[in-house]
Amino acid sequence: MSAMLQVEDLSVKLQVEGETREVLTSVSLEIRAGEAMGLVGESGSGKSMTARAIARLLPEGALVSGRISFDGRDVLALTGSELRAHRAEVAVIFQDPRVHINPVRRIDDFMGESLRVLENLSASDARKKSALALEEVGIDNPGKRLRQYPHELSGGMLQRVMIATALLTEPRLVLADESTTALDVTTQAEVMAILDELRRDRGLSMLFITHDLELAGAVCDRTCVMYAGQMVETRAANVLHDDPLHPYSAALVDARPSIDSTAPRLAAIPGRPLSAFEAPSGCRFAPRCRFAQDSCTATEPDWLAVDGGSVRCFRAIELRGNLREAAHA
Amino acid sequence: MPESPVLSVSGLRKVYGSQVAVDDVNFEVLAGKSLAIVGESGSGKTTVARMIVGLERPTAGTIMACGRDRSRPTHRGSERKARGREVQIVFQDPYSSLDPRQSGRALIEEVLQVHGDADATAREARVSELAELVGLDVRQMNALPKSLSGGQRQRVAIARALAADPRVLILDESVAALDVSIQAQVLNVLADIRDRSGITYVLISHDLAVVRQLTDSAIVMQRGVVVEQGATASLLDDPQHPYTKLLRASVPGPGWKPQRLRTRMLGTAAAE
Repeated sequence: MSAMLQVEDLSVKLQVEGETREVLTSVSLEIRAGEAMGLVGESGSGKSMTARAIARLLPEGALVSGRISFDGRDVLALTGSELRAHRAEVAVIFQDPRVHINPVRRIDDFMGESLRVLENLSASDARKKSALALEEVGIDNPGKRLRQYPHELSGGMLQRVMIATALLTEPRLVLADESTTALDVTTQAEVMAILDELRRDRGLSMLFITHDLELAGAVCDRTCVMYAGQMVETRAANVLHDDPLHPYSAALVDARPSIDSTAPRLAAIPGRPLSAFEAPSGCRFAPRCRFAQDSCTATEPDWLAVDGGSVRCFRAIELRGNLREAAHA
Repeated sequence: MPESPVLSVSGLRKVYGSQVAVDDVNFEVLAGKSLAIVGESGSGKTTVARMIVGLERPTAGTIMACGRDRSRPTHRGSERKARGREVQIVFQDPYSSLDPRQSGRALIEEVLQVHGDADATAREARVSELAELVGLDVRQMNALPKSLSGGQRQRVAIARALAADPRVLILDESVAALDVSIQAQVLNVLADIRDRSGITYVLISHDLAVVRQLTDSAIVMQRGVVVEQGATASLLDDPQHPYTKLLRASVPGPGWKPQRLRTRMLGTAAAE
């Protein structure tokens, strides 16, 4: 079966303070219908930029190369009504709902806009459809919520409004960019359950962006780990945590404290996460990697296929099974 | 001899209009030990922290820190200074809690001056000591916040709080906004500081793994009320209250699948 979304060799440069800075380098990924793909990484890794490129929401002046195709359409070439149709099929849910909702418009006005514009529904039909969508994400008394303003709703409630709104136009792909990060953990579990049900019921595909490897492992089929604007590992989501192939994936797992035990010291990764434009030549993670050798900084590692996944590390085969800090203890 | 607590809170209550934000909170922390206040949005955990620091006035109850009653505001300068020295706070967002026009060095200098270190050489030495403690180099200490990363800013905020040489440090979601690799660095720094100085932490957090890593005891708050309290390890390994059980079950881990747990475990779809 061919992929619904194909991203090939995508590179993005942005204009920042008069300089051209690279933020994504040669990203390639595929998502099939009904599949959930996790995108994991820290600040500057390029995970949000990848989602923005797919939704055609990059900032003005962005220089994009490579190819993005959705259902065979060339996404980067879309304009006008074709672009609007693309954005109805590919919905984005951002991290902070308050930044992405107009505070002076009521919820029904906000939710109904896309229905009135894209589907030519009357205001009352749009309201009926919105109310059903709110019920679907577990909001009681949707009639009342639709008449309220954003400030009258809690963060968790508002994020569910955003999810319901994103799903209103029956998208085929959802780009969830840290969309549960700001929620309380119990609300996060509820929202994830809702997205999971919709994925099963509607065959919705999802690109799930998060910094939480364990959450990605629980809800995704495959996970990509990104560092400094590049993908460094793609694996089945359920094995990445226990059997990482890239030293950075392993280091991310080890740096997190555990809810089950107290470590004498956390295995912190020295230095700070880099963006693509600051990355050194050779392997971009090498300066922070405890397994780095001289050869790692000489040339850039290419993709290596390992056990159904792929990894960009020279030493992946030799180090496999010994990357986790715990394996040494 | 039994140790007396460095911080004790009893019958603490805060009411805004007709809303009870915090109701009858009681706890004690011994010197060098750390307490977590766990809860979700609206649980009242930040209000408790703000009352301890003196940013909110309790409606009822007592707060004793270092043998001093700080339940009511004071107008005496020396008393205010003493309170400020004893209990310090680090906020969640290092982007909004630092003055954009002040370098880390100038900020810490100012705190040292206020708290009576008159000798410029002694101040200089103390700034270097604090910078080393939180892992910032000379360039970073001289830089304005805008040229520092989130993790570096949070270290400046921690160094600023430590400059007053407090006995109690309140960490209000202070590591929540940091990248995973940076969060681990800051948590290690906090553990080192406690080992060296015997400082007491009160950690306000919704992240149960961070709570496990840094604290000895914990209280769990829900809608202003403490629903469970005890040793952190046993509270997380064997939660008793349905709400604590729900919190624990909501954290993703091996074998975890997202479920509508709140509906199942508490019988309400939306607590909001």
